[in-house]
Amino acid sequence: MTPLEGDAQARSVADAVARRSYGKLVAFLAARTQDVAAAEDALSEAFASALADWPRSGCPSNPEAWLLTVARRKAIDMHRARHRHEIAAEELQVMVEGLEAAATASEIPDERLAMMFACAHPAIDAAIRAPLMLQVVLGLDAKTIASAFLTSPATMGKRLVRAKDKIRQARIPFSVPEREELADRLEAVLDAIYAAFSEGWTCPGGTDVARRDLTEEAMFLAMLVTELLPQEPEALGLLALMLHAEARRGARRQEQGKYVPLAEQDPALWDAGMIDRAETLIERASTRGVIGRYQLEAALQSAHVARCRTGRANWAEVVQLYDALFAFSGSPVVAINRALAIAEMHGAEAALAVMPELSDDARLAEYQPYWAARAELLARNGAHEEARRAYEIAIGLEGDAAVRSFLQQRQSILTT
Amino acid sequence: MEYVLLNYVNEGAFAALTKEQQEQGVAAYVSYMEALTKAGVLKGKNRLERSSSATTVRMTNGKAQVLDGPYADSKEQLGGLFVIDVPDLDAAISWAARCPAATHGVVEVRPLGNIPVAV
Repeated sequence: MTPLEGDAQARSVADAVARRSYGKLVAFLAARTQDVAAAEDALSEAFASALADWPRSGCPSNPEAWLLTVARRKAIDMHRARHRHEIAAEELQVMVEGLEAAATASEIPDERLAMMFACAHPAIDAAIRAPLMLQVVLGLDAKTIASAFLTSPATMGKRLVRAKDKIRQARIPFSVPEREELADRLEAVLDAIYAAFSEGWTCPGGTDVARRDLTEEAMFLAMLVTELLPQEPEALGLLALMLHAEARRGARRQEQGKYVPLAEQDPALWDAGMIDRAETLIERASTRGVIGRYQLEAALQSAHVARCRTGRANWAEVVQLYDALFAFSGSPVVAINRALAIAEMHGAEAALAVMPELSDDARLAEYQPYWAARAELLARNGAHEEARRAYEIAIGLEGDAAVRSFLQQRQSILTT
Repeated sequence: MEYVLLNYVNEGAFAALTKEQQEQGVAAYVSYMEALTKAGVLKGKNRLERSSSATTVRMTNGKAQVLDGPYADSKEQLGGLFVIDVPDLDAAISWAARCPAATHGVVEVRPLGNIPVAV
């Protein structure tokens, strides 16, 4: 083998291990050092060593174990250097023993789930939980995460550092919570995963690569949770919800990039395989007999799909699901969608009567779907002037050009 | 790992209670400390005199500025603290939740830091 080929091979093996095992290795190191940032640094140094060593000595038979051995040594060195001035000898001893003992096990234990629980701990600011998980479990860099969450890389970097400091200093545990706490704590993990997924969806056309990738990464996290906690109905519900949304991605845009609302989509363009998987998950979740927000959201997606496929109106069922969902979240967003379903059953006037008011929640003033829904209902009710003004605000709040031109088109057909 | 549980409470509230309620309130703290001791986690405890007794000192241009009153003039004031030794933040939070101050005030959970030693 020429040196060049050795290089390429080393790189491709390292890349493959990185993709498959990054989170596992970080979790292993962080759970024993309590220091996520140091675990990441140690691992990235281990990858650098691998790229220097493997082309010369050949790729090891167990690259994961090789990386872990090197990273473990680096982590201990770093810890020694950092805590030289502190009374930490005893702590260091415990850490070293933990790392050594676990390293002799034949297989590296998968502690990614425990790490996700640490990232979504109630003591961590809710807004940073999703970015933190994307970084520590999947190894995304601050720049990529920042662009997906529409913040500057410097700000995102600082907030990630702060969160990791909090985990270390406050000693947030790396453990899966006990049964009685699990449901609440899991909700925070699922919420963070869903937040990452939704950020990916704010570019529904999939033109922004960083954001489109984020939906895939979030789905990977959701699958990981369902693999590691196969009996949790809400985790199954979340994955089903994501699969349903993802299955229709292609149908949301015409070839020219024009936005297509659900009612006008061609069901033949949906990914039937993904929909089937979602339906199986919903069924599996329902056998557990504990309903929750994500299962209801998934059931709603499922109802929409059934209606569009068969052409049989099922609005009563949809409204019922929204009622149940509203009981969980009390969210005005749910109330808006519920009103739109009521419009299909009882007309626009009845729907307008149950729309949430700006006085209920001031945030609605900046929420595009509120104005778009209001405009739609007003237009159907013949209040064209009011509808025009509502469309105006909806258009002003929309960032996606395709949706904007869809709304402009709806506005233009109003008569004065 | 040592954590301090800082109890922030409304100082006026205690005086407004009936004698019976006050006794109950004090008894709750006694029971709490007993539970902490029994579990072997209590490392230290202190009650603070009312914040009206506090004096703040700050050096400005080499001169001590002495002011009457606590540093932060908020409705809830630091009234006492417990130092506990537990494995992690979750354990500390579960003790904080049992503290009577969490019911009638707020409990802040802070890890104790290491004091650097000269080499």
